[in-house]
Amino acid sequence: MRIKAIQWALSAAVLAMSASAFSAPPTPAMLSNACAGCHGTHGESAGPSMPALAGQSKISIVESMKGFKSGERPSTVMGRLSKGYSDAEFEAMGEFFSRQKPFTTSQTLDRAKVAKGAELHEKNCARCHVENGKEIKDNSPVMAGQWVKYLEIQMADYHSGKRKMFDRKAERMKPLSQSDLDAIAHFYASVK
Amino acid sequence: MTIDRRSFLKMTAGAGAAGVLYGCASTGPSGSTADVMPKTGRRVVVVGGGYGGTIAAKYIRMMDKNIEVVLVERNDHFVSCPFSNLYIGGLMKDLSPLTIRYDKLAANHGIKLLQAEVTGVDAASRTVVTSKGTLKYDHLVLSPGIDFRTEEVKGYDIATTPEVIPHAWKAGPQTVLLRKQLEAMPDGGNVVLSIPLAPFRCPPGPYERTSMIAMFLKQHKPKSKIIVLDANPDIVSKKGLFLKGWKKHYEGIVDYRPAKKVTEVDARSKTVLVEGLEDVRGAVVNLIPPQRAGQIAVAAGLVGADKNWCPVNPTTFESTIHKGIHVIGDACVAGAMPKSGYSANSEAKACATNIVNMMNGREIVDFSGINTCYSFLSAKEAVEVTGVYKVDKEKNTIIAVPGTVGVSPDLSELEAIYAESWLKNILIEMST
Repeated sequence: MRIKAIQWALSAAVLAMSASAFSAPPTPAMLSNACAGCHGTHGESAGPSMPALAGQSKISIVESMKGFKSGERPSTVMGRLSKGYSDAEFEAMGEFFSRQKPFTTSQTLDRAKVAKGAELHEKNCARCHVENGKEIKDNSPVMAGQWVKYLEIQMADYHSGKRKMFDRKAERMKPLSQSDLDAIAHFYASVK
Repeated sequence: MTIDRRSFLKMTAGAGAAGVLYGCASTGPSGSTADVMPKTGRRVVVVGGGYGGTIAAKYIRMMDKNIEVVLVERNDHFVSCPFSNLYIGGLMKDLSPLTIRYDKLAANHGIKLLQAEVTGVDAASRTVVTSKGTLKYDHLVLSPGIDFRTEEVKGYDIATTPEVIPHAWKAGPQTVLLRKQLEAMPDGGNVVLSIPLAPFRCPPGPYERTSMIAMFLKQHKPKSKIIVLDANPDIVSKKGLFLKGWKKHYEGIVDYRPAKKVTEVDARSKTVLVEGLEDVRGAVVNLIPPQRAGQIAVAAGLVGADKNWCPVNPTTFESTIHKGIHVIGDACVAGAMPKSGYSANSEAKACATNIVNMMNGREIVDFSGINTCYSFLSAKEAVEVTGVYKVDKEKNTIIAVPGTVGVSPDLSELEAIYAESWLKNILIEMST
């Protein structure tokens, strides 16, 4: 009871000093929770075109945000939204989402596409997207369990040249057909 | 300890000098002034189960399981205003994709639900009066949405006019009524849409509605058109994109007339009067009345000098009029943030964070919020507006971070795909 009274006195005092004049800068959670309206609570996205961020690697989130901000990575809303934050805030958000329990989407996948995608992955992607896209190497993202629709939009951006890629990725990706890319998306989405 | 009717009245009489108990007379005769849920520990009461209230309740519980949260809502479900224009335009069979219930949210987070109408708030004794009894709180979050300033439209009766001339600005039966009227309208009849002066709920909403009704007319009533009477001097939001969309898809169907303020209505003849002078008659009339904060915020004395909206601290969303009461969503004055569902979502999280900080004697954390708001122009094309918002400490208000506010470069099918995912995510965030 006594502790509670002290807490109340403290909170009343903080309030009396005018909350916004004596307040701390936004915490990682304050920054990141605002993203959840589109990316789901803690980054557990329920919308197939919005990537799940829960359990994503910090570096991949930071690099994505920097890419959106510079315009190097194409986007709809993210180019503008990323301009609202500093590099330090990108780091804070990356840290926040990377610490969340990895989220596996629940979606209907085509078995034949998954099998075909597994072969294509082994041949073309496995050197960088290690452990079937579950682990990260350099700044490659975690892709295992991601939404098919999101992966398809990303690959379409690469394939059309809208999104730049380094030479080794381009060498591997350019010869692939639309149905190949589709199969690869299904494969990564299937990895648990 | 249960407060009986007599001791409650005594208590409120004592508090009468400092704070007024509002709406006491409207509490029912069946002992509804009794404490419906005696408070034993720390408690936050959240009023309103929409875009703001559900999120505030959820995030308080996620951040501190030792705070009891009671969510008070008069309905057992909520229908989203965002996307309801798509239903009106015929792109949705029913309102089920826009409807959420509260059972999973309550079970997942241990939120206590009270389905009741809130009739009054006593700020001094920190008590909420509901149709089922009273509730004590340490902090109260009001997310009441909007109500209508019908007194500014002569001839408008809140009980009967919307049954003939729907506003459809609170989603649910009104939305269904407007679509039914459109379907029943003779080909060649005109739709009249009246837009109030800003600020109102969802700045691009009336123009999206114009687009969706025009799309419906083009397909089903090719001889009809929609006359838009806008009280504002110009299109309030996403102007270039709406004009582009109307030219591309609805040339000759949309008759947009700026600076036409509807001041009078005659429901019987389905006629509206512009500035009391010009008669405009429609086969279907969709009159969106001017707005203010939801009734309970007005009754609780939380509206500011403009008598319409609730001034709040931009970091805690605590009312600048009554301590311990926080107002979020459309009802509050959130600086540069628009009155949108996404804004309410962001405001709710910041409010929840800082209520938990206040209740634990911790430092208040600066607000950081986002708005993203999609509008459909056709069945497959959408546009959006974005912004990142922070507090300007010198001006003590919420401002947009430079460079973050902007709209889509063009009508876009990709934006429509993202819009669908936005809806899924935000409704699931509110209901689980």
